[in-house]
Amino acid sequence: MKRKELLVAAIENGTVIDHIPSDKLFDVVSLLHLERMKTAVTVGFNLKSKITDQGHKSIIKIADKFFTDEELNQLSVVAPNVTLCLIRDYEVAEKRQVKMPDMLEGIVHCPNAKCITNNEPMRTRFRVANRELGILQCCYCNKDLPLSEVKIVEQQ
Amino acid sequence: MENRSLVTIANHSREKIEYLIKMASAFEQNPNRRLLEGKVVATLFFEPSTRTRLSFETAANRLGARVIGFADPKVTSGTKGETLKDTIMMVSNYADLIVMRHYLEGAAQYASEVAPIPIVNAGDGANQHPSQTMLDLYTIHQTQGRLDNLDIYLVGDLKYGRTVHSLLMAMRHFNPTFHFIAPEELAMPAVYKKYCDEHGIRYIEHSDFNAETISGADILYMTRVQKERFADLDEYELVKDRYLLKRNMLTKARENMKILHPLPRVNEIEYSIDDTPHAYYFQQARNGLYAREALICDVLGITLDDVLKA
Repeated sequence: MKRKELLVAAIENGTVIDHIPSDKLFDVVSLLHLERMKTAVTVGFNLKSKITDQGHKSIIKIADKFFTDEELNQLSVVAPNVTLCLIRDYEVAEKRQVKMPDMLEGIVHCPNAKCITNNEPMRTRFRVANRELGILQCCYCNKDLPLSEVKIVEQQ
Repeated sequence: MENRSLVTIANHSREKIEYLIKMASAFEQNPNRRLLEGKVVATLFFEPSTRTRLSFETAANRLGARVIGFADPKVTSGTKGETLKDTIMMVSNYADLIVMRHYLEGAAQYASEVAPIPIVNAGDGANQHPSQTMLDLYTIHQTQGRLDNLDIYLVGDLKYGRTVHSLLMAMRHFNPTFHFIAPEELAMPAVYKKYCDEHGIRYIEHSDFNAETISGADILYMTRVQKERFADLDEYELVKDRYLLKRNMLTKARENMKILHPLPRVNEIEYSIDDTPHAYYFQQARNGLYAREALICDVLGITLDDVLKA
């Protein structure tokens, strides 16, 4: 079988985040603070894909970086179906799925303008109100927030 | 130290609610119990609410505490841009307890997380108002002799009415049947109907408001239909009188039926009803004092035994 050309160069060691919905790419970049990385980060945007609904996907390869579960699980609010590959010596050493934590701190923006979190210099906090239906609830104003409407907080 | 703040009573157990009712009842027997001698209670009203503030301050005074605070946010540093956190931290240096009212939702929860002393939520925007709920529960218990198996009719603004939402949630332990009577624009939101379904609370929606509809009520809980909730003022004029409780609507009422209202009333209850045995809103307001004395004691770790001994 002829191996297709890789659109994004392979990395020797590090983390590959694949099947990111393209409209969520920059949320992923922001959540993982990739703009602060010192090692090589390669990004593929709007690549053809048979897996995602949109017919295209994005991919990020971060060299020499392995994230904690906590860091990676943050992605569950914007891109729950990404594929995570830990690469060692050009091989996939481990695959992981992101898992939605019970509590999301400092990640999700509360859309309620009258919520205290939008009026004080403080971190937001959401609990998962319904995992099946994908509904979060603000721990402060108690308003429900469907995952489809989640906006992540602007990172400082 | 365990944080004993009171932000909501939505999560209180049946036992806890019954315990607080017993404590409030002790204060009804004798409201003057100097359990807070030497303590300072701060009442911080970031949004004016004279009724609630007077009730809390009376409760603190009758418990023997000194009261500090502000009734009007215009006089505070908040207008200079001070954060809520800083105000709370500053006042925590002076007081043993903070009673706070705020226009932002979740303000009391946040204050309880940063403050080294207990916080009592006296209303945070459209979110929670636990002392109102507590006095409603106390009043229902007082008038019916029980909380279990009651028919409770909620009338008026069921969409924005924070008191009816909290009451509905707090009643879930007691197998109530709720009846919702509201104009379409102000109907009970789907999220609370879902809450009823999830907790096995029966509810019936009525479009009519007449003697027949309310004949099955143990409690008739009236709320104010507020003009400012309507985008179309013609619509308001149309519905406002439809939810006016008139004396001649009480002909078929159960003998034990009591009419409650969180007050202030505007034109929800005819004045001629005030002298019927069904009217109970002024006693309800007085119960606010006993309920608040109980809540203040509870957050400060004062038990029912302590109250009975004092």
